Amino acid sequence: MKIAVAIDGSENALRAATHAITLAKHFPEAHLEFIYVADYDKAKDERLLSQNEESLLLKRRQKVEPVLELAQTAGLQAKMTLLKGNPSQEIIKYVNAQAMDQLIMGSRGLNTFQEMMLGSVSHKVMKHVDCPVTIVK
Amino acid sequence: MHTIKQQWFGNVRADLLAGVVVGLALIPEALAFAFIVGVDPRVALYASFAIAVITSFVGGRPGLISAATGAMALILVNLMADHGLQYVLAATVLTGIIQFILGGLGVANLMRFIPNSVMLGFVNALGIMIFITQLPYLRGHDAMTYVFAIATLVLVYAVPRFFTAIPAPLIAIVVMTGIALISGVSLQTIGDLGKMPNSLPTFFLPDIPLNLETLKIIFPYSLALSIVGLLESLLTSQVLDDMTDTPSDKNREARGQGIANFFTGFFGGMAGCALIGQSMINIKSGGRGRLSTFTAGVFLMFLIIVLGDVVVKIPMPVLAGVMIMVAMTTFNWGSFKFLKQAPKTESIVMLITVAIILYTHNLAIGVVVGVILSSLFFVANISRVTVTSDSGIYKVKGPLFFASTTKFIQSFQAVKEKEIIIDFEDSQLWDESSVGAVAKVKQKLEEEGVAVSIRGLNSSSEQLYEKLL
Repeated sequence: MKIAVAIDGSENALRAATHAITLAKHFPEAHLEFIYVADYDKAKDERLLSQNEESLLLKRRQKVEPVLELAQTAGLQAKMTLLKGNPSQEIIKYVNAQAMDQLIMGSRGLNTFQEMMLGSVSHKVMKHVDCPVTIVK
Repeated sequence: MHTIKQQWFGNVRADLLAGVVVGLALIPEALAFAFIVGVDPRVALYASFAIAVITSFVGGRPGLISAATGAMALILVNLMADHGLQYVLAATVLTGIIQFILGGLGVANLMRFIPNSVMLGFVNALGIMIFITQLPYLRGHDAMTYVFAIATLVLVYAVPRFFTAIPAPLIAIVVMTGIALISGVSLQTIGDLGKMPNSLPTFFLPDIPLNLETLKIIFPYSLALSIVGLLESLLTSQVLDDMTDTPSDKNREARGQGIANFFTGFFGGMAGCALIGQSMINIKSGGRGRLSTFTAGVFLMFLIIVLGDVVVKIPMPVLAGVMIMVAMTTFNWGSFKFLKQAPKTESIVMLITVAIILYTHNLAIGVVVGVILSSLFFVANISRVTVTSDSGIYKVKGPLFFASTTKFIQSFQAVKEKEIIIDFEDSQLWDESSVGAVAKVKQKLEEEGVAVSIRGLNSSSEQLYEKLL
């Protein structure tokens, strides 16, 4: 059983991770894998808001670290995969290519207007991923 | 580093496609930048063609898109107004020479000294200035002008939600120009302001007197262009390095920018540099190799020669609408959060950089002042030295160097003990003045009859101390 969790450093992603960990605990043979996508559209702004490449890496690290800690405290082995590109496209590509059995992700909790402007990552992913998807609210 | 063959032909299909997309995306901005400087669209279009094609061969960052840019255009405004096109071209050639020399001297290594507060100030001021340059095309015209500008803006923001293969600005321009032509409304068009080129650029020497007087006129502009061009190009290279997870040779990029500007001046083009927006479009569209940049330049020229007669019909408010989007994207909206979260000194540096650029209309001056200011703040910050005394043991905390020695010496003005130890465990001696200060304190106290011993110097401080005393 391969469980993938898409995270983005938000509260919702943390909840999704907690849910995934609970699930993984019940499947002794489960492989837990966290996926973080550095968004191409934010590449310029992220670079400008960090002092240099090293602090940029640190900032990304800080986004995934809490989730890894959660897994560790739960006594689970978890893999961390960092991808770059368009978040929904990269998640879909990766989850399908790795033949994941289950994808878990948080919802950003956007309102209708924001969703229209920004587009919902979870919605897009849900439509194109081959495995069952759990959206954690 | 990839081999030359890989850099050119390692990604042919995607590079060709991305190059076409970028070529399309380059046109509206090149036109707008020409109008900012007050030159014929030809000057910016030739520049975009020449710079893209030349940097595709000699640049240090495969996939980077360089062409005519807003930052460079804004510097050239005054030179064009005061002295005319031939001086703009001569300044472009000189910019190329300066950038090539700076690249040879390893200028890219200095990028680390430019704090992100200055870079933020730079892009924010750039965004604001691009926005301001578009206002004359809107104000003082009829209501229809505003309608077209706003409709264009709505399109450029809405289209990417449904369709991303073709850059939204281009779709907006085609749609809005079509509406304008069909409905027959009268709007100011590109054709009203300038002529489109119908031939490839040719090589000629800028028609200027070759004397010291000319150099005096163009040198300040060329220096500013060199700084701004390198800054934006190296920043863009860093962003692409991060996006593609591949390294690049920044000094080679600096020399490449120089070579490109040098020849562009002779081909009747204005100075340019890397474009962050178009470079990101290139990467997002799958472009990775040198072929993508080359294709972008060639396709741009092809389109202009074939479609020149159509391009002149684009209404100015439509172009202005696209440029307002460019200005909004250039501006870093995360800066407001930055102002709240960053240390006060960094916020001040950013705000002052913006203020100076907006006041002087010169991006280079803002950057230079910003860097100096932030270095001073850094020195002031790090020069905090404290000395705490506890029963004859004086503990020094913080680095000792030229900026912090005064405070150090003052701390030993009222020593009551007959015998003291100065503990340097949490400190470091950095320079001559720090050793001098320690010696001075020691001598003065000993004259007053206080026995002074020193301990806790780390090995490099010890070495410096021994060497200088």
